[in-house]
Amino acid sequence: MLRTILSRLLQTVVVVFLLVTFTFFAIHAMPGDPFADAKATSPEEKAALEAYYGLDKPLPVQYFNWWKNVITNNDFGDSIAMKGRKVSTLISESFPVSLKLGLLSLVMGISLGIPLGIIAALYHNQMLDYLAMIIAMAGICVVAFVLGPIFQINIAKPLTSLNVAGWDRPADIILPAITLCFGVAAYLARLTRGGMLDVLSQDYIRSARAKGVPPLKIITRHALRPALMPAVTFLGPAFAAIITGSFVVENIFLVPGMGQHFVLGVTSKDYNLVLGLVLFYGILMGIANLLSDLVLIFMDPKLRTS
Amino acid sequence: MNTSVQSPQNGVKVIEKGTSLWADAFVRLKKNRLSMLGGIIVIAILFACFILGPVLGWLGFSATEQDLTNRFANPLSDNGLFGTDQLGRDLLMRVLEGGQISLLVAIMATVMTVTIGIIYGGIAGYIGGRLGNVMMRIVDGLLAMPFLIIVILFRELISGHVDEMARFLIDSWGWSTDLVLRYSNLVPLTFAIAGFGWLTMGRIVRTAAASLTKQEFVEAARSLGLSHARILFRHILPNMLGPVIIYATLTIPSFILYEATLSFIGLGIEPPNSSWGTLIKEGANYLETETTVLLIPAVLFSLTLFAFNFLGDGLRDALDPKASKD
Repeated sequence: MLRTILSRLLQTVVVVFLLVTFTFFAIHAMPGDPFADAKATSPEEKAALEAYYGLDKPLPVQYFNWWKNVITNNDFGDSIAMKGRKVSTLISESFPVSLKLGLLSLVMGISLGIPLGIIAALYHNQMLDYLAMIIAMAGICVVAFVLGPIFQINIAKPLTSLNVAGWDRPADIILPAITLCFGVAAYLARLTRGGMLDVLSQDYIRSARAKGVPPLKIITRHALRPALMPAVTFLGPAFAAIITGSFVVENIFLVPGMGQHFVLGVTSKDYNLVLGLVLFYGILMGIANLLSDLVLIFMDPKLRTS
Repeated sequence: MNTSVQSPQNGVKVIEKGTSLWADAFVRLKKNRLSMLGGIIVIAILFACFILGPVLGWLGFSATEQDLTNRFANPLSDNGLFGTDQLGRDLLMRVLEGGQISLLVAIMATVMTVTIGIIYGGIAGYIGGRLGNVMMRIVDGLLAMPFLIIVILFRELISGHVDEMARFLIDSWGWSTDLVLRYSNLVPLTFAIAGFGWLTMGRIVRTAAASLTKQEFVEAARSLGLSHARILFRHILPNMLGPVIIYATLTIPSFILYEATLSFIGLGIEPPNSSWGTLIKEGANYLETETTVLLIPAVLFSLTLFAFNFLGDGLRDALDPKASKD
């Protein structure tokens, strides 16, 4: 088991390293430069700015310096687009916002999606099953950028106690969280239903039934744990993606989270900001995947021996 | 399910004609009303965007002609079936043109996905062994990367080169500026989505190819001395079309969704070009006072996703009854 974890850890390090490397060379190869938009930038000023950010050196040197700065100083450098702000400050300001929103919508998505999936599986090919699956399909097809504006018109506008968009009051988290949770709930419902149907057709469930175990106990004691495995596998990467902010929902509700920084960083060629965010995201994704692996090992004794 | 063919003269049974997998699957698909409805909607939307839209354009209706005296006209009025948008443009024409771009991106990216997936996955599965494993390890590594972030970076990376090429076509070859700019805008996005979207298809094809390679008919083909390419394309490929078609049908809506998401945040199709994503984005800006400019593209977009997903689910149930419980 320790070996599994260690090899997973090694894989994560390799993936994060490749991701950051790709990002570095991709963003530097993009047309345009960070100072193209600034109005009165004379060539001398531009050269001075480039020297300040170390952009005058050859690319491999810049790449090496960036890693050196990250590893020795634990520093992601200065943001280029937002003058005078460090990338680490931007992340430490925006991450709590994304984390709070992400966790709330994740909890809502789980408590909505998993029961829906279980109900659908228990009433397989009956009215409730079809209903649950149509709801789940709606969660996938009526996506955030359709749902968000609809909530804004129909809920936030009539209710003056909710802001249509913004992040000033504690209640402002409600609509973005609801918008985000439907997609998660929909995927979870489909995965849980599939897992549950798989388990319910197994021999040991039939044995339990034959022994006269009450139906509710069969589900809670025998079927639920293995049936949730596909959902847990999905939740690992989904967790990392959702707590680091959604590009779309932040855009609709003007949430000051991490997603908007990434979009801004790419469009304004803020090399440091994009790299810092990608590294941060990659590490979080690695941790989340490792956690979901550990949960799977805990849930399935078969994985412990292999 | 066999149908016997009676000889008309003497009534003696002459041939037992088996139904093919495809005929069988079609019978099953026809029973699934929801997927048939999905299929009909898919055909209707494809027809509207790729045939009706251009024909109306040819008849003189325009998606770009502005009429500032008729902003936000109501649907079903003199100003077109869906009314007009914030600049008085015909919303029906805009939705049809936008849909054409959205569907074009998704369909072209899916075609590329299927092509790359079949070649890469097929080779990895057919040769197997250590090299096949290494090939799949690369796919696993790429799959572990965050899809949207990678696609955004890749799109930005190639968009500069595509712009250069577009300028070259206009300047040196004398191609129409409007046409080139309209369609060159979707090229980087399509390549970026396909460039990282083929991975799951590659995996599916590899699994299918690996299990088919072990079967006797492939061994027979090999003992006949057929070339590897012939075995791969004539014997293995036709037998794995089922999973490929199922997955391709389900890939189209997810690519439509990616296109719209990226366009919505301003990193996909860019104005003045439009797709469903940019139309929804523009519509959301006028939400405080006008709702039709948001609702019409949004409803059409969601309907398309529904239709493709139901059709794909139905195809899976029909072609692969064992997997139908998922």
